[in-house]
Amino acid sequence: MPIKTEPFYLNVGPQHPSTHGVFRLRLELDGEVVTDVEPIIGYLHRGIEKLAESRTYTQVIPLTDRLDYLASMTDNVAYCMAVEKLAGIKVPERAEYIRVIFSELMRISSHMMAVGFYLNDCGAFFTPVLYMWREREKIIDLFDMVCGQRLLYNYMRVGGVSQDPPGEFWPALKKFLAEMPRYIGEYNQLIKQNEIFLARSKGVGVLPRDTAINIGASGPVLRASGVKWDIRKMDPYSIYDRFDFEVPTGEAGDCYDRYWVRILEMTQSLRIIEQAISQMPAGGPVCADVPQFFRPPPGETYGYIEAPKGNLGFYIVSDGSIAPYRLHIYPPTLINITALKDMMVGWKVADLIVIFGSMDVVLGEIDR
Amino acid sequence: MTLLDQFQLMLKGLDWPEWAVYLTPAIVGILLIIVFVLTIVIVFIWWERRLISRIQIRLGPNRCGPEGIFQPIATAVKILLKEDIVPDKADKLIHFIAPITVFVPILLIFAVMPFDQGAILVDLNVGIIYVIAISSISVIGIFMAAWGSGNKYSYIAGMRSIAQMVSYEIPVVLAIVGIALVAGSFSMLRIVEAQSIPFILLQPLGFLIFFLGSLAEMNRSPFDLLEADSEIVAGYHIEYSGMKFAMFYLGEYGVALAYAGIITTLFLGGWQGILLPPVLWFVIKIMLVFSVIVWMRATLPRMRVDQLMSFAWKFLLPMAVINLLLVAAEVLVLPAGMLWVMVLINFAMAAVLILLWSRLFTLGGGRVEV
Amino acid sequence: MTIAVNTEETGKKIAEAIPGSVISSDKGSLTVDSKALAQVSGFLKDTPGLEFDYLTVLTAVDYLDYFEVVYRLVSLKHNQSLIMKTRVYGRDNPAVPSVTGTWRAAYYQEREIFDLLGIKFDGHPDMRRLLLWEGFAGHPLRRDYL
Repeated sequence: MPIKTEPFYLNVGPQHPSTHGVFRLRLELDGEVVTDVEPIIGYLHRGIEKLAESRTYTQVIPLTDRLDYLASMTDNVAYCMAVEKLAGIKVPERAEYIRVIFSELMRISSHMMAVGFYLNDCGAFFTPVLYMWREREKIIDLFDMVCGQRLLYNYMRVGGVSQDPPGEFWPALKKFLAEMPRYIGEYNQLIKQNEIFLARSKGVGVLPRDTAINIGASGPVLRASGVKWDIRKMDPYSIYDRFDFEVPTGEAGDCYDRYWVRILEMTQSLRIIEQAISQMPAGGPVCADVPQFFRPPPGETYGYIEAPKGNLGFYIVSDGSIAPYRLHIYPPTLINITALKDMMVGWKVADLIVIFGSMDVVLGEIDR
Repeated sequence: MTLLDQFQLMLKGLDWPEWAVYLTPAIVGILLIIVFVLTIVIVFIWWERRLISRIQIRLGPNRCGPEGIFQPIATAVKILLKEDIVPDKADKLIHFIAPITVFVPILLIFAVMPFDQGAILVDLNVGIIYVIAISSISVIGIFMAAWGSGNKYSYIAGMRSIAQMVSYEIPVVLAIVGIALVAGSFSMLRIVEAQSIPFILLQPLGFLIFFLGSLAEMNRSPFDLLEADSEIVAGYHIEYSGMKFAMFYLGEYGVALAYAGIITTLFLGGWQGILLPPVLWFVIKIMLVFSVIVWMRATLPRMRVDQLMSFAWKFLLPMAVINLLLVAAEVLVLPAGMLWVMVLINFAMAAVLILLWSRLFTLGGGRVEV
Repeated sequence: MTIAVNTEETGKKIAEAIPGSVISSDKGSLTVDSKALAQVSGFLKDTPGLEFDYLTVLTAVDYLDYFEVVYRLVSLKHNQSLIMKTRVYGRDNPAVPSVTGTWRAAYYQEREIFDLLGIKFDGHPDMRRLLLWEGFAGHPLRRDYL
């Protein structure tokens, strides 16, 4: 005779140490097993799309910083590329190389943050976070040298970058590149074969290949499910076709694969930075000559890049005035969490946090 | 003949009234123990924070006093000055009694801990069984805290706690019986005196089982699901603040001290050592055991609840039973005095069993079909 | 390189299979009649040679006479892309068929368009506001909101 039970509703509420921001997840539990999941977002909605309609094209750049606030350089690059595509502005060579170097440094920093906090969600009490932040501090110091900011950089401009990196930047960057492979080796040695970590991540939260393509996932989440789709290779923008690097993919699409793809991408980013430093022209302008209130011709365009979290894109419609007519931001993390219900149902409460941590969400991008 | 018994005889010789002769040694002993526990707990709080910080490549508290030794006092003062909030839907009586039910049994454990030759409050001849029985009362206290808070997160923690603490009692008790077989008695004083070779060498498997089981009893990492900071946000003590939270906090370090003391007594030879006074050796060994506990907290991720349960029932319990059978066979068969043979056999058996089990055993199930 | 597919040829193919659906196919994008949207989506996803199985952006723009809903489709197999548009006239209760059945990527994006612009998507499993709270009056991203 079956026992009469009733479902148990739990709010992993907007204020929670592990939801990486103000994110609410309404769970229906049967004991410890999750039977239904509903994400509720909108706690960080600031109306960036509406705000952009009353600001000039350059004034929108600080607004784009605050989307994925852990990877602001790439947000800036995506927006500036979209505007340059619309207005037909050509970016000088040196600026292109500087943009590539900073985008890849940003990718390393964002992945370190993602992996560190993923391990924190598994329960390893902050120790991996602090080990990875030791290197992230060096990257942030490099950014501090060049634009004075540690988190929200506002460094890219329409037509290039805002200023040339100072003299002491290049030796510091080379020193960082020389030391970093050893540290990545150290992380692998400490984390990769830990029995408890493998038991918590292997086979947990599987995103099958067909589901990943159907929901439009992008970035490490898509590549961990076995789809070799990286915009830097498949649809190269800027000067990425001049570099030689690989695109790591996973097989099973579980949390462990998403973690491992991020670690491998960090090594590939180091390769790209080394090639960029060696190929870079020694001098030259770092920004095209663009007036303060410039008016792109009427039309529309979609500019997109491979940001650390996925495929970040900006759809801009211009009517010939100094402000965009419509700016739409395509957030990779919002699309990635479309399949949360498929991934989480059937697992336990503890796995919920681990699966969500492996998706690497930033609420600024989801809510805009 | 403990020191307090000798003190009592001396008082009788001084012709004190009957009740004074009975009460005074007891009160003196209790006061000494409480002072010892509170002091060492404060040192533990400081030591844990410094050690975790050094493992995490940062400095740790170093502002309050030289090298931060007044930091725990500052923490205690801060906690005591906080407002005591009781949620509206909480069950007031249970919410009030729970911290006491958790904290007092921990203090009671120290009644049978030998600090020096004969320096023990009460020399019960069922010493170690008393310890296990008393520490089970804290489980009820934790469940009362979880249920009485009226919060769904602490309710989940309460469900997990009963399962965890009940299942880890059994391997712990079986490991203790193995010790008692070799020592010949349950009394804590006799167990220390019987250790000509420390029992950690004599029964390595028993030590591992007892250590892991007591980590789970203490709710320390990697078994700290009850207060999993990243999932159920402080678990059973989520709705406590002020003095009641201070009791939980002190209770957590108190139970770490108690179990460190028990491990020292049972496995490391208690107060035995050369050159230094025995009490100092006792404290040094406790700090060593506590350092290993803190090291495990700082470096290992957490297990999931079904992985935890399968670890207890499918890994620790069979190994504890086999350990017990083997120790009993050795005590029966080997003549007294051939302890080194026993050491070798036990180490070999431990290595074989652990290798075999780790091949055959997988940590817990996966997805449940809904 | 993800090549933008030739919209005129694709427009002709679609017009042959589903007559009356294509409104215009010049200017680098394909404008489709909103009533035929479900059929065109299925055709684009299943036809060999097209196989647009990956929906990226789904957004809408408020040109004061009409709303224009923009879809950008990518084919991972052939590495080509296509921009599809459809128009809705009338500001009171604009409605467009939903493509969530074909591409689940539309799930959150359609909810967001309903939230911010007020365009209803028929056939969407859960048509509610996404970013703003229930009970919010109005649709902020419309040009006449503020």
